[in-house]
Amino acid sequence: MKIHNSRTQRGGIKLHKNLLVSYVLRNARQVYIKEKYAEIYRMQQYEEVMTVCNEIQELNPLDLDAEDAEEERAACCGEDFQRGKEQEPAYYRSCCMEAPSPCDQLSVNINTHCNTTTVLDLDTHVVTTVDNGYIHQDCCCDTFQCAPSAQSSAKKRKMDFSYCTSDFDELQDFTTTRKRLRREDCLYSCQEFTETSNISTLISIFGSGFSGLLSRQADLEQICSKQALAGLGAWTRAIVAF
Amino acid sequence: MAGVASGNDFQWCFSQVKGAIDEDVAEADIISTVEFNYSGELLATGDKGGRVVIFQHEQESKNRPHLRGEYNVYSTFQSHEPEFDYLKSLEIEEKINKIRWLPQQNAAHFLLSTNDKTIKLWKISERDKRADGYNLKDEDGRLRDPFRISSLRVPVLMPMDLMVEASPRRIFANAHTYHINSISVNSDHETYLSADDLRINLWHLEITDRSFNIVDIKPANMEELTEVITAAECHPHQCNVFVYSSSKGTIRLCDMRAAALCDRHSKFFEEPEDPSSRSFFSEIISSISDVKFSHSGRYMMTRDYLSVKVWDLNMENRPVETYQVHEYLRSKLCSLYENDCIFDKFECCWNGSDSAIMTGSYNNFFRMFDRNTRRDITLEASRESSKPRATLKPRKVSTGGKRKKDEISVDSLDFNKKILHTAWHPKDNVIAVAATNNLYIFQDKIN
Repeated sequence: MKIHNSRTQRGGIKLHKNLLVSYVLRNARQVYIKEKYAEIYRMQQYEEVMTVCNEIQELNPLDLDAEDAEEERAACCGEDFQRGKEQEPAYYRSCCMEAPSPCDQLSVNINTHCNTTTVLDLDTHVVTTVDNGYIHQDCCCDTFQCAPSAQSSAKKRKMDFSYCTSDFDELQDFTTTRKRLRREDCLYSCQEFTETSNISTLISIFGSGFSGLLSRQADLEQICSKQALAGLGAWTRAIVAF
Repeated sequence: MAGVASGNDFQWCFSQVKGAIDEDVAEADIISTVEFNYSGELLATGDKGGRVVIFQHEQESKNRPHLRGEYNVYSTFQSHEPEFDYLKSLEIEEKINKIRWLPQQNAAHFLLSTNDKTIKLWKISERDKRADGYNLKDEDGRLRDPFRISSLRVPVLMPMDLMVEASPRRIFANAHTYHINSISVNSDHETYLSADDLRINLWHLEITDRSFNIVDIKPANMEELTEVITAAECHPHQCNVFVYSSSKGTIRLCDMRAAALCDRHSKFFEEPEDPSSRSFFSEIISSISDVKFSHSGRYMMTRDYLSVKVWDLNMENRPVETYQVHEYLRSKLCSLYENDCIFDKFECCWNGSDSAIMTGSYNNFFRMFDRNTRRDITLEASRESSKPRATLKPRKVSTGGKRKKDEISVDSLDFNKKILHTAWHPKDNVIAVAATNNLYIFQDKIN
């Protein structure tokens, strides 16, 4: 890519340009990771919730009609979600901030560094925006160190964990968003979906150069640099461990 | 100052264009810097091939007194040659990054020119007499046999055709590990600073074997690098003050009286980021590509990818004026990243009275902003509008769906035609605009 090409350019590596490129890679990597984590987390939660809901439904199979069953399921899903929240380790903490909502009950640790986060559903290609506060990337500046040449050192891996941690705070919103998409009358939902200019910006970004992000994961890997992917492997293993 | 007014009260018309018309542009011919000297009599350009071409303003001719004089070639010389760093196995480009004139103190002119690693002080002097009648040399220059000389004579100075000579008087080398991006002559006329990505050095014009390091932002661990120095300039009046800009969109003003090492700034200029405009490329477009003090020394101007900002040195938390250069590119950042245009470093300049500012854009467009009336104008440097004294027609880029007549749509812009370097005459309304390998000179129409 650009960093690779700069090595063969006349005059040697341009430090400034490579630093800027590393920022772009970092930003792209953050979006990719958010998507990945959101996917994994969503799958886990979905399975969990469905299991519990099915159990509850089995307890009262005759009293509920279709509509009530939906509400009941939604309510218990919400409750269960809350319960699931408390059971989860510190990583799965709510990230709701400015708007008072039921989510506040779940808030254990408020991450004040979130922003309008945009989620791209790789399956349905729906882009949704969630308002939270400040941009997440800034809070990672201190912990995440970008370098023109990527090194998979143990130190970097350790930093990536803390990066993962703060990332999970935002995942909460993705999960919530996805639930609402699937089950509209879920009482748990606490976020608003607002169309902002960020969506059009992101769509145009995704639409052109980063077209791989709209398609399968394999395509995505072609876009990201190998260095980014080398780091991602470590993170994926970390997620699975928890 | 007589004759100096805002950029928009005058009508800009074409004066001259220098450079080849050929469609195939040789890389070495691409102009990389443009600079007027203090009087405006001389205009210097540097190119990627390491050459410096100096144009001199000719006096108005008696035949056409309504026209200002033209700029004609005064001197051409090879300033820098490609070098090879054997230790790092790196080629050092000969491209001239910056030229800065020294204030004139005698008949000769001095300028500093720099490439990525080495700064050179050049003396440009005129010779219009030659000595005739040497004792030891004959007319052809061949040495005479001393034993054959029977009488001595005193050589006589005879007039000759004007010859302009450029000779390197000082070479300031081996002081920069990273690529030099700026040089700036101090108001004391004795020192100057040079800045690379991570360090700024202070030199004395007479001393080449050493320099003082006054700013060093290199982190102990390079993996912790988050920003680089992108430009630096000395204050025009206070010889102890200078500023440097960073890739993070911040400007630091330093006072050399405070400490030998100016790592701690005296003032820190930063505008808070607007969270709603955050994107993948926020860091890139906020990187400052140029910083220039106003002639008065009260203000400074910074150029980032999409805008120009004027700062009051007395207010650090936000600029006093912001001008959008080509906001329509904000939605095209992804394409501009892919074709590398997003890394282009545009320069900016003040007019002589600090009432107007100018900067370049794409499609050979350049923009002028009047600070008083807040009007702006977009003009184009093209061969098509290059008829003598032809008034430049204002151009407009259509951003909406409906394109009016004479407007050009964003998708039709030629991003290979970029105007990165412009210069404004220090006293008159004459501007020099570098469009790839051509230098355009425009003047205001004298009524």
